[in-house]
Amino acid sequence: MALIFELAIQGVQMLLVLLLAPLLIGFVRKFKARLLRRQGPSLIQPYRDLIRLMRKEVVLADNASWLFRVTPYLIFAATWVAAALVPTFATGLQFSWTADLIVIVALLGSARFFQALAGLDVGTSFGGIGASREVMIASLAEPAMLLIVFSLALVAGATQLSTVAAFMGSPEVGLRVSLGMSLIALVMVAIAENARIPVDNPATHLELTMVHEAMILEYSGRHLAMIELATFLKLLLYVSLISCVFLPWGLANTGAGPRSLVLGAVTYLGKLAVCAILLAVFETAIAKMRVFRVPDFLGAALMLALLGTLLLFVSRSL
Amino acid sequence: MTPVVALPLCGVAALLGVAILAVAVSRHGSATRLVYGATLAISALVFVIVTGALADDRAGASAITLPLGLPWIGAHFRLDSLSLFFLVVVNLSGALASLYGLGYGRHETAPHRVLPFFPAFLAGMNLVVLADDAFTFLLSWEFMSLASWALVMAHHREQDNTRAGYIYLVMASFGTLALLLAFGLLAGPDGTYAFDAMRAAEPSRFIAAAVLVLMLLGAGSKAGLVPLHVWLPLAHPAAPSHVSALMSGVMTKVAIYGFIRVVFDLLGEPAWWSGVVVLFLGGLTAVLGILYALMEKDLKRLLAYSTIENIGVIFASLGLALAFKANAMPSAAALALTASLFHVLNHSFFKSLLFFGAGAVLTATGERNMEKLGGLIHRMPLTSFVFLVGCVSISALPPFNGFASEWLAFQAILQSPDLQQWGLKVMVPAVGGLLALSAALAAACFVKAFGITFLGRARSAVVESAHEVDRWSLAAMFVLAVLCLLAGILPGFIIDGLSPVTLSLIGDRMPVQAVQPWLSIVPIAESRSSYNGLLVFVFIAISASLAALVIHRFASHALRRGPAWGCGFAEAVPTAQYTAVSFAQPIRRVFGTFAFRARENVEMPPPGAIGPARLNVEIHDVIWETFYQPIAGAIDFTTERLNHLQFLTIRRYLTLVFLYLVTLLLVLALWP
Repeated sequence: MALIFELAIQGVQMLLVLLLAPLLIGFVRKFKARLLRRQGPSLIQPYRDLIRLMRKEVVLADNASWLFRVTPYLIFAATWVAAALVPTFATGLQFSWTADLIVIVALLGSARFFQALAGLDVGTSFGGIGASREVMIASLAEPAMLLIVFSLALVAGATQLSTVAAFMGSPEVGLRVSLGMSLIALVMVAIAENARIPVDNPATHLELTMVHEAMILEYSGRHLAMIELATFLKLLLYVSLISCVFLPWGLANTGAGPRSLVLGAVTYLGKLAVCAILLAVFETAIAKMRVFRVPDFLGAALMLALLGTLLLFVSRSL
Repeated sequence: MTPVVALPLCGVAALLGVAILAVAVSRHGSATRLVYGATLAISALVFVIVTGALADDRAGASAITLPLGLPWIGAHFRLDSLSLFFLVVVNLSGALASLYGLGYGRHETAPHRVLPFFPAFLAGMNLVVLADDAFTFLLSWEFMSLASWALVMAHHREQDNTRAGYIYLVMASFGTLALLLAFGLLAGPDGTYAFDAMRAAEPSRFIAAAVLVLMLLGAGSKAGLVPLHVWLPLAHPAAPSHVSALMSGVMTKVAIYGFIRVVFDLLGEPAWWSGVVVLFLGGLTAVLGILYALMEKDLKRLLAYSTIENIGVIFASLGLALAFKANAMPSAAALALTASLFHVLNHSFFKSLLFFGAGAVLTATGERNMEKLGGLIHRMPLTSFVFLVGCVSISALPPFNGFASEWLAFQAILQSPDLQQWGLKVMVPAVGGLLALSAALAAACFVKAFGITFLGRARSAVVESAHEVDRWSLAAMFVLAVLCLLAGILPGFIIDGLSPVTLSLIGDRMPVQAVQPWLSIVPIAESRSSYNGLLVFVFIAISASLAALVIHRFASHALRRGPAWGCGFAEAVPTAQYTAVSFAQPIRRVFGTFAFRARENVEMPPPGAIGPARLNVEIHDVIWETFYQPIAGAIDFTTERLNHLQFLTIRRYLTLVFLYLVTLLLVLALWP
């Protein structure tokens, strides 16, 4: 019985992230539009976009290979699996022991690997520019992310995300300088990984500054729908990650009753809304930076994360 | 004397026999099939025997002394769990390289320069791992080096190959000199050359430090530690591709075997600072190796540079193991050593696979330069598939094997805050960052390697006429691809298989993984960290199929082929695509400015002129220029100055001899 209950929670979580991801994007877009005193598209516009894309035919470049057609599903699957392993409203996920935080980071790395390959597949220069810039950004963002993971793991004594979240919710954690550094670095990495302003502009098209959009330029129809959905999922993943580690209040623990599960779900929605509002405000307030300023931005994140880890190593013996 | 050690020795004897036979028949038509068939059979047999012995761990150690070599010592051979593990690596790769050679060798233009040395090379690597005294070890080491040197020089008329061979020879001699001195120090004034005696002796602190440094020079130069790596990217690609695979995938591992044997086994308890040195060199090697690879446009040289990166990762884990061992943290040391040995095995899989793939591309197109390739996925679908598997594995992406060992290495790093010394406390997180950086850069590098070679549009006419390679080569590559996946999704079995090695070297082991539910791997405790490659693989497969199923059930099926969109900019010529150099440009701008003093100069023609604008990229090999060029310059300078001594008259020579004699006598007379 308990097993079925746990499996159900895991299943609910998988469906929940899938269903909530477009809503989160819709909310960010709406809020941004309101900040710019525009009316903005409706909250459910991303769902409509996905359905419309799925109904359209696929226009495939003449020399696109099988890899180009398989990649959207691989990207979607890797991102979905990663997103399903991050605690959203409850920590005791049935399969949380399958993969720890390092694996989640690496799964996103797999998705990016295939996305960059797909960018190169058709052989247009836009695909190439996107892929080469994406790997440059990743080459700084990924180590920064891993160092953040190190900091969290050293504080919590585990890389297992459920354990980390449970530890961060417990009173023994206290205020720590390295955690603050990790939070700032994590936010910076999340911005870069999700191709948000100031690193990349999700709304632009046909501009030399675009990275993510350039890679997926050749995609259309259902393939594009899968990739878009994976992008939405990735944003949700990072927001869930930040909120479960740094805002762990209200998370339902292992074996919690239905009441705390509902409470967890409500607080989770609240956290999503807060993060979305913050993201929209941040994006409105700041300008897109040149591509070759991005390494400075991410280098700062890397240094912060390294400093946080070093502090933990050093303070262990004090 | 137990039969266990005798069997691999019989294998070595058989390989040497094949080598001699090959000299006789190498110009014969069926010699290729004969030689590679024989090496395949022998290596596969030895592989099965040693894997069985390692798996049921009955060995302990078995030794044998043959009346060869130095008359008063004899040749000692010994088989313990460490040598068993490395024999597994050597013979598995040897068998698969032979299988690949069955097909690839048919395209060989000079088989008589390859066939005799290939079995000899395999025999040499086996002998190094089996040797149990310094003399046998050094002799086998030199034999291995010379056999591989002969293979590097197989195509000696090709451009740059002689230079590669020359540099390789110089570096190999230098490395052996360092090893010779290291063993001399270990043997002590009594000349106890057997490893048993060295193990029993307790070297003083200074001798232990000197031996460590000499081993880093000797084994490190063979393995490709920065800054001793310079020969490797020249020599490995120059050999035929299956030999490149063996040199990169296995010979570097034999060097690592030598390092582990001396530093972990013979040298006794390590000092804590040895961990700092090895960690630092490992981290540096990993990052610089992969940065060099990113700048490369020759496919085989890119792979050789990426070998340097992986050697760095292995050495970093070894450094961690040393640090833990010195601090009496045996379980953490066992974890770090397991991570490094697991990576040894993994690297031998995917590096062999990638070199085989590069060889297949070379056979099909005659090109190693990625700038002339592209679009091969349409021409060589099977090769491109297995090459993709190799790229994903080496980029440390789950659920393949490269990730499993990197994950273990990261887990070992997370054990290190309990280390006592400040040097280690500062060094370990920094090296952790370097390893993470090198993993991310490796992914970038192999996006480039696969994307530029196999994807996009064909950049030259040779690609248009390329065909899939023969079945032997494909079989070898598919076996390796399956091994990459299996080692990634079932790492627990390999970790358990490595436990006798860590038990014998460190005295502790990782927890038994086979009893974990669902075949997870759990380095310390499940609440701390666990990883299940099998389930990750299954989850990805299920969700991808589910997504595909739903899409194909509910969404539109329509598909239309058309010209590429490219934002409406039609690019008629394939040269407008991104190239290897342009793909690496952002990374070159970020990292290359200080790692390679990279500069870009744009030459714009004045307005109205019709000349083309030019972008010149200037890259310096900083290590070559700062370390090696001054040495070469000094040697040149000295020889230049001494040169006129060759052209003196007989009177002057006699004067010189006379003066020399007088000086000598004076010294003797004045000596107290």
